[in-house]
Amino acid sequence: MLRQIEGSQGIAEAVALCRPQVVCAYPITPQTHIVEGVGAMVKDGRLTNCEFINVESEFAAMSVAIGASAAGARAYTATASQGLLFMAEAVYNAAGLGLPIVMTVGNRAIGAPINIWNDHSDSMALKDAGWIQLYAETNQEAADLHIIAFRLAEELSCPVMVCVDGFILTHAFERIDTPTQAQVDAFLPPFSPVQMLDPDDPYSIGAMVGPEAFTEVRYLAHQKQVDALEVIPRVAAEFQAAFGREAGGLLRSYRVDGAETVLVALGSINGTIKDVVDAERAKGVSVGSVCIGSFRPFPLAELHDALAGAKRVVCIEKSLAPGLGGMLASNVRMAMRGLTTPVLTVIAGLGGRPITRTGLTEVIRAAGADALDDVTFLDLNRPAIEAQLTRSAGLRESGPIAENLLKALNPGLVRRVSPRKEAGQ
Amino acid sequence: MTDDTPQKVRFYQTGTHTVGNRLMDEAARTVQASPDRSNAITSGHRACQGCGEALGARYALDAAMRASGGRMVAVNATGCLEVFTTPSPESSWQIAWLHSVFGNAPAVATGVAAAMRMRGKTDVRVVAQGGDGGTTDIGFGCLSGMFERNDDVLYICYDNEAYMNTGVQRSSATPPAARTATTQAIGPHPGNIFGTGKNMPRIAMAHNIPYVATASVADLHDLEAKVTRAMSIGGARYIHIFVPCPLGWGSASHDTVKLARLAVESGLFPLFEAEHGEVTAVKKIRHQVPVEDYLRPQGRFRHLFREGHEDRPTIEAIQRMADANIRRYGLVEEDAA
Amino acid sequence: MNDHTLPFAITLDPGSSKQNHTGSWRSERPVYVDRLPPCNHQCPAGENIQGWLYHAESGDYAEAWRALMRDNPMPAVMGRVCYHTCETACNRGKLDEAVSIHSVERFLGDYAVEHGLTPPVDAPPSGKRVLVIGAGPSGLSAAYHLTRLGHAVTIREAGPMAGGMMRFGIPKYRLPREVLDAEIARILAMGVTLELNTKVEDIEAAFAEGFDAVFTAVGAHLAKRTEIPAHAAGRILDAVTLLQQVEMGEAPQLGRRVIVYGGGNTAMDVARTVRRMGADEAMIVYRRSRKEMPAHEFEAAEAEEEGVLIHWLRTIKGIEGADFTVEKMVVDADGRPQPTGETEVLEADTLVLALGQDVDTTFLTRVEGVQIAKDGVVSVDAHMMTGRPGLFAGGDMVPAERTVTVAIGHGKKAARNIDAWLRGGVADPAPKQELAAFENLNTWYYDDAPRSVQAQLSLIRRQSSFDEVVEGLTEETAQYEARRCMSCGNCFECDNCFGVCPDNAVIKLGPGNRFKIDYDYCKGCGICVAECPCGAIRMEPEVD
Repeated sequence: MLRQIEGSQGIAEAVALCRPQVVCAYPITPQTHIVEGVGAMVKDGRLTNCEFINVESEFAAMSVAIGASAAGARAYTATASQGLLFMAEAVYNAAGLGLPIVMTVGNRAIGAPINIWNDHSDSMALKDAGWIQLYAETNQEAADLHIIAFRLAEELSCPVMVCVDGFILTHAFERIDTPTQAQVDAFLPPFSPVQMLDPDDPYSIGAMVGPEAFTEVRYLAHQKQVDALEVIPRVAAEFQAAFGREAGGLLRSYRVDGAETVLVALGSINGTIKDVVDAERAKGVSVGSVCIGSFRPFPLAELHDALAGAKRVVCIEKSLAPGLGGMLASNVRMAMRGLTTPVLTVIAGLGGRPITRTGLTEVIRAAGADALDDVTFLDLNRPAIEAQLTRSAGLRESGPIAENLLKALNPGLVRRVSPRKEAGQ
Repeated sequence: MTDDTPQKVRFYQTGTHTVGNRLMDEAARTVQASPDRSNAITSGHRACQGCGEALGARYALDAAMRASGGRMVAVNATGCLEVFTTPSPESSWQIAWLHSVFGNAPAVATGVAAAMRMRGKTDVRVVAQGGDGGTTDIGFGCLSGMFERNDDVLYICYDNEAYMNTGVQRSSATPPAARTATTQAIGPHPGNIFGTGKNMPRIAMAHNIPYVATASVADLHDLEAKVTRAMSIGGARYIHIFVPCPLGWGSASHDTVKLARLAVESGLFPLFEAEHGEVTAVKKIRHQVPVEDYLRPQGRFRHLFREGHEDRPTIEAIQRMADANIRRYGLVEEDAA
Repeated sequence: MNDHTLPFAITLDPGSSKQNHTGSWRSERPVYVDRLPPCNHQCPAGENIQGWLYHAESGDYAEAWRALMRDNPMPAVMGRVCYHTCETACNRGKLDEAVSIHSVERFLGDYAVEHGLTPPVDAPPSGKRVLVIGAGPSGLSAAYHLTRLGHAVTIREAGPMAGGMMRFGIPKYRLPREVLDAEIARILAMGVTLELNTKVEDIEAAFAEGFDAVFTAVGAHLAKRTEIPAHAAGRILDAVTLLQQVEMGEAPQLGRRVIVYGGGNTAMDVARTVRRMGADEAMIVYRRSRKEMPAHEFEAAEAEEEGVLIHWLRTIKGIEGADFTVEKMVVDADGRPQPTGETEVLEADTLVLALGQDVDTTFLTRVEGVQIAKDGVVSVDAHMMTGRPGLFAGGDMVPAERTVTVAIGHGKKAARNIDAWLRGGVADPAPKQELAAFENLNTWYYDDAPRSVQAQLSLIRRQSSFDEVVEGLTEETAQYEARRCMSCGNCFECDNCFGVCPDNAVIKLGPGNRFKIDYDYCKGCGICVAECPCGAIRMEPEVD
C-alpha cells in the first residue's frame, strides 16, 4: 500500500510486519519515532504477541534484546549516536553469542561536541562488532531492509544493524509501499533459533573462552560474515521476486561502465550522487557511482569488479577516522587488490552539514583533474580553521618546563610541532 | 502424687539447625539434604577452596529449582561465579544458563522473561544472579530498571564485599576498614573508609518491589525458605546472600560458613524479609557475639588487631554499626537483650 | 536443539565440568571418624551411651535397649542407682546442661521389663562350664555375658536372695525390688543356674567338680568398726547389717533418735531409711565437712530434704547412755580433720556405724597363687585373673571404686577374659578411639534445650514410705532427653557435610549408611569438618 509517511513510521510498520516478540525502547534522537511507532502498535493491538519494554538505557535495551533473543524470541530495538556507543559492550556480546537481533541505527554524529544531526560516526564506530551492517539509500529501502534483516539474521544466527540516515530518512515524509502481512509472512518464516535457553535442554550459553580456542571463535565469526556475502544477494533477489522491488544486496553500481571517476558512498547520499552523475554524464564527464548496501560483510570481490575499470575512486564519507582520514576508503582499498587505482577520501556531511550537488560536482571536477588530495574535507571553512590554528599555535608552548626552557634558549635545537605547518605540507 | 507437674515438653531434634536430619520429616529437611537436589552447579568447577559463592549459588538455585519444579533458567553477570563455572570447554551448570556481560544481567533476565511470556512458556521462571560488583556497582542501573518495571525476575546478589574475580578491589559493598587491593591497610585510615557504601537491600525496598530478603550461607533453612517464598511470587524480587570469600578476606577455607554465621550473629549482616517496601520478618540472633569474633579471623581486618596496637576505636565503630542494625531490625529477643 | 549447530566453544554441555578432577588441588583430606564420646569413655560399665541414645532418639526403644544390653544386663537398675559420672563428662554440660542419661536408661530398662524384651544368646554353646561365686551385680553381669558368649553358668550365692548390695545395700526407695527382681529373673531365664544359700568354701573343689573357670565376686560385707568408749550405751549397729535386716523384714527397734556415723552414701541411705522407719530424729555425724564427704551431693541434699540432720565436722568421743559426746573438728590444709578439744553432747537411742566394709577373703587364703593385698582385697591382673589360673575375681573384692556400675563393668570385662581364656587366647579389647572433645563440636546446630527434670515423690511420702523417690520419664520426655544428645564424635546423618560442600564432593549413601567423600572433586577446604556438628570428620594430611 502506497502512502506518504515519515521514514520512521515506514520502518516501524515494516518492523511490526516482521512480528517481533520483544521490542525494547530507549529514546534518542533521531530514532525515537521508530520505537514510538512500534510501541503505539503494540498498545493499540495492531501488533500482537509483542512485549514493548521501556528500558532505562541503551545498554539495557540491547541487553533485554540479548535475553529475549537467547530465550528464543524475535527481538528488535533501535538507537543512534551516543546510544549506540553506550550499548557498545552489549552490541559486541550479541554478535559473539550469535543472536539474530535486528537493530535500527538512526545515524547521527557523536559528541563532543554534542550534535543531533546525521553522519555515520556511530555505526562506523561499531563496524567491527560482528554485526551485519546494512545501509539504506531511501525511505522505501529503509523499511524493506528490516524485513530482509530479520531473514538474514535468523538464517545466519547473526545480528543485523540497519543504518538509516538520521533526519534525512527518519524524519522525511516520502511515498512508501508497505507490504501486506501475508507477503511478509511468506518471506519471513517464524524464528527457529539454533540455540536457546530452555529448561528441557539446559545448555550453558556464553562461556569464557581462553587462548586455546578464542582465535577459532573469532575465525568463525569472520567466516559467518564471509558466508553472508553469499546469502545477502540471494535474499535480496528473493525479496525482489516476492515484493517486486529492489532492496538490500551487497552493492549497486550506477553508470560505472567506462567511468574514469567512480564515487563510492553509503546510505542516502547516493540519491544526490546519482543525480550529479547523471548531470555530469550529460556534460560528457566520465563518472559513475557505487552504493554500498552491505558495509559488513564488506563486498570485496563485487567492489573489485565494479571498480576495475575506474581510473580513480572517490569515497564520499560521512565519518572521519581522525589521524587517518576515511574508513570507507580504507576498506575500499582492500578491494583494489591487483589494481593501482588511487582511492581518495572526501569527508562530507559531518554533523548534518548538507552535501550539495555543487559540492559533489566540484569533487568530480577536481578528481578528474587529479587535483584531489588523499583526504579532502568538503566545504571546509578554511578561514575559521586558519584562525583557530593560529590562536592555538601560541598555546602549544605548554609542556615540561625543561623542554620549554630549551626551546627558549635554543630555538633551533627543538623541532616545533606546528599543526598549521603539518596541515600545509 | 508429685510435687511438680511434668514440665511442658517442647519437641527438639538432635541438630535442629543442620542441613538434614534423619529424625525430621522429609518436608522439614532442606533441599540440600536431598540426594535428588538439582546440583545446579556440579563438581569440577574452578572456585577456590571453600568458596562461599559456589555454595550460596547452589543453595539458592537448587531451592529455586525445587520451587519451580525444574522450570527455570538462569542469567549470570560476569564475575567469579561465571568464570569458575564456565571455562570452555567445561560447564558446571546443570540448568539452562546464560551469560552476557558484567553489568547487564538484570536486563538480560528481563528479556528472557519477556521472551518466555511471548513464547507461551509462562511456567518458566527466570533467576538472574551476580556478585556485589555486578549488582551494586556496574549492574546497578539495569537492576534498578528491572525493579522499577517490576519485571518477573528473581535477582540474587552473592555478596562477598569486593571485586574478587579481578583481584580483590573495593566495591560499594566493601565494609569500612576492610583491606582490599584498592583500599590498602596503610596510612592513617587503613582499609576502606567509613561512611561509604550502599545498602542494596534497602535500595531494592525503595522500589516497592514485591519481595526483598537477605540471607546467609550459614543459615540454609532460612535461605531456602526465602528463595522458595520469592519463587512463589511474581514480579521483581531481590535476595541478597552473604557469601564469604577465603581469598579476598584472607580467611581459612574452612571458616567460610563460620564467618557467615558470625556476620549474622554479630548483627553486621541482618537477616530480614520485606514486601512492597516494608520489613515483614526478621531472623533473630540466636547467640549474639561481639563483632570482634567476626573480624579477627579475617586477614582483611588484620590491621585492627596488631599485637600491642589494637585499633579499638575502629573495632568499636564497627560494633556500633552492628548495634545499629540490632536496634533497627530488632535482631535480639527483648528478654535476651 | 542439534549439537552440531551449537556455537563452538561458547555454548557448553551441562555438567561437563565433571571432566575436571579438582581433587588434585588437595593438600589435606577429610576423613570420617568415630570419636569416643566422653560419656562412653567415662562409663565404668563400658556402655556405648551415644550408641543407644541414637536409637532412642528415633523412638526405637527396643533397639536402644538391645544396644544398651550389649554392655549392661540391668538398665532398669542402673538407670536408678548409677551415679552417672557420664553426665559429668557429657559435652552438653558445657553448652547448657548435661543429657540426663540415667533417666533415659531407666526409661529403656522399664520399657523392656514392661514389654517383656529379652536379650539374644548370640554364640553357640561352647561346652564350657563357669562357676560364678556371688549373685551381686558383678556376678550377675558376668553370668549374663558368659551366657551370651555360649558358656554354661552356675551362680552360687551364700545368701538367701540374689542381688548382693543392690538388694542389701541400696534402699527400696531408690531401687524398688520389683525392678531388681525383674532384671535378675531375665538373666536367670537365659539359662543361668542360681544356687542360693550355697557358700563356696573351697575353690579347688569347685574346679575339681568340673568347672572350667571360676569367677568370684563375693563383694565386701564386713562392716568396719571403730573404738568408741561406751558405758551403758544404747544399741550400736552396723549399716550393712541394718540394711540387710530391713530388707529381710527383720529390722530391730531403733528408738526415736538415731545417729548414723559416717559420711558416705551408705550413711545417707541408712539415715534416710531410719527416717522412713519412724525415727523422728535421724542424725548423721561426720568428721569432715560437706566438701570432703564421699557421699554424692544429691544424696546428702535429698537426705536433708527428708529431715535428716547432718552434723559436719564432728567425731564421737564417747557414749554415756543416750548422751553422745562429740568433738568439733576442723579441716586442715590437706583436707584432714583435726580435733579442736571442743565438745558438745547429742542425744540418741541408737548408733549406726556406716564406716565402710571389708572383704571376707578367708575362702581364698588356701588357694595357691592367689594374692591378698594388704588392704584385704584380692589382686588380679589386667585380665581380671588371680594368681590361680582360671580363677577370676571382680566387683567390690578387687581394687576399684565400689559402685554397682563398676561391678557390672567388672562382670563384663571378666566374662570377656574368661571367654578368651577358655578358648585358649587373650581378650584383646579394641583400641580406644580419640576422645570427642567439646572443641570438636559445632554446637550452633543444636537448639537450646534445657534438661528434663524427673519428678519426685512428695516429701511427706518420702519421709514415711519406701516408695521410689524419683519418678521415671514419660516416653515423650525420654525421647526429648535422648534427642538432647549431641552424638559427640559419631555421625548422626544430619546431612551437613553433604550440604555444605562447595564442590558437591560428599556422597550421601542413604539411611544408616552415612556418607563418603568423593576424592575426585574434594578440594580439601575443610568446611565439612568445621561444620560437622558432632566432630565426626577429621582433616588428615594428603600423602602422595
